[in-house]
Amino acid sequence: MRVLEREKLAGAWVGHLPSAFYRDPTAGNTELLALLDPHRDVLHPVPVVRPDWPGWEKELRRARDASAPAIRVYPPQWGLAPHDVPMRELAIAAGELGMALVLTVRFEDMRQRHPMDVSGDLSAAAIRALARAGEEVRLVISAAGREMIEEVHWGLTPAEQSRVFWDISWIWGPPEDHLAKLFRTIGAHRFVFGTQWPLRLTQNPRANLDLLPDDLRGARLADVRDVCSAASHVVR
Amino acid sequence: MNQPLAGTEPLIDVHAHFFHADAGRSDWAEVNAARLRAGERIGITYHVASVLGSYGFSSPTYFPSPGDVGTGNDAMLEIAARERERVRMYVTVNPNYSGHAIGEIERCADRGAIGVKLLASRRADDSVLDPIAELAGARGLPLLHHIWQHRRREWPSQEISDGADLARLAVRHPGTTFILAHIGGGGDYAHTFAAVADVPNILADLSGSGVDRGMLDEALATLGPRRLLWACDITMETGLAKLRALEVIGLGAEVLADIRWRNATRIFAEGAFPKARTAQPALQPSLR
Repeated sequence: MRVLEREKLAGAWVGHLPSAFYRDPTAGNTELLALLDPHRDVLHPVPVVRPDWPGWEKELRRARDASAPAIRVYPPQWGLAPHDVPMRELAIAAGELGMALVLTVRFEDMRQRHPMDVSGDLSAAAIRALARAGEEVRLVISAAGREMIEEVHWGLTPAEQSRVFWDISWIWGPPEDHLAKLFRTIGAHRFVFGTQWPLRLTQNPRANLDLLPDDLRGARLADVRDVCSAASHVVR
Repeated sequence: MNQPLAGTEPLIDVHAHFFHADAGRSDWAEVNAARLRAGERIGITYHVASVLGSYGFSSPTYFPSPGDVGTGNDAMLEIAARERERVRMYVTVNPNYSGHAIGEIERCADRGAIGVKLLASRRADDSVLDPIAELAGARGLPLLHHIWQHRRREWPSQEISDGADLARLAVRHPGTTFILAHIGGGGDYAHTFAAVADVPNILADLSGSGVDRGMLDEALATLGPRRLLWACDITMETGLAKLRALEVIGLGAEVLADIRWRNATRIFAEGAFPKARTAQPALQPSLR
């Protein structure tokens, strides 16, 4: 809450980081909902739903009942292949409830990972497969870089592209100007504000926007309330 | 003109790069212009920069041929001369070609280079580097060394070094100042801090695309603000973000000034940064 106020952020979609590594994320979701309960006007829970764990449908409904705008999934950490059928079913089910899927490309740079952390980055193929799963599917991809974004975007039909949003937490700014190039080629409307805090500094995405070239200073990111119907109630 | 995003106090980026026409990319001039554009917006007073050979076009980035080293240094000399109000130069060398490296350092320092840049062409603690470190110390040229924070294995396309490797070289050359590159450039920075904490002639630059929460706090706690140098390398937005984070940490104006520019003026040659003059404390022998 203190960081949100300091950074002048009206709200945040909040996940429960340890749950990415839980076999059964139910307890993590319970903890997340309890932690956020006093701050639900600005902190919006994004619980984890694991489609290879029995009873995931019940956990998805619990997320919906908690007014979660989205759920988090971690296919690499769970050892799920890019075309995993249960993951596809979960994406469709969440979409039918108006909820997005949040996928994380990486928690940290590959070079600093612990030797026991062998799951690797989320693949572009996995994102493309989910974007093609159904019309109601909505994806928010966190911590992707330019190459990943371009590989996915230009490998989808325009209709499929419209189902995918990218946060700007790990896109390079100047002098390579990856963010500017993506805004010009793909459009700022496909991107949402994201910090990946506490894994990355909250100051980074705003610094990136502040350093856009002059012709992009007025670029507007997507309104997070337009990502999916379950997000329509969250603060801008 | 709007106020610079990082304020009007002097600001020195000690780890920057420029490109040139033989670097194998058609947008080289745009990238150079983008660095200067973003530098103006941030409020960077000086970019201390190097050119890394041909950046892989005609020899590998981290193992540049002597020919590419010379071409790159010529390009950097030209940029530093053209942008003398805001650009300073490191001379890049490949230590495997010792005679050529010594010659390049002499040639470029005579024409205004203020530091030496080493890549990952040879492990930092190898004796092959000794003549270069010795000459850098003798001429008062800080030596910026590319570093991977805690190397646990060999990695393709570079003979990478970490803080422990650099520390062994620095201990052998106490009269030379070393800049450990980009603590945010990948790897385990906690290993680096432990490896160099007791080697006072190593300062760390803050650059790199990594902006992990806690990295700056640990750097301050372990090395102290007098051994940290602000820098961007190839992600200037992370440089601006780190400056803003340092302010949030609650550092005083004097400490921030040390990191922003004053430490740089202490280790580089007197007069290298005329727009960042200040009353200087006595220089520590180990930092020159």
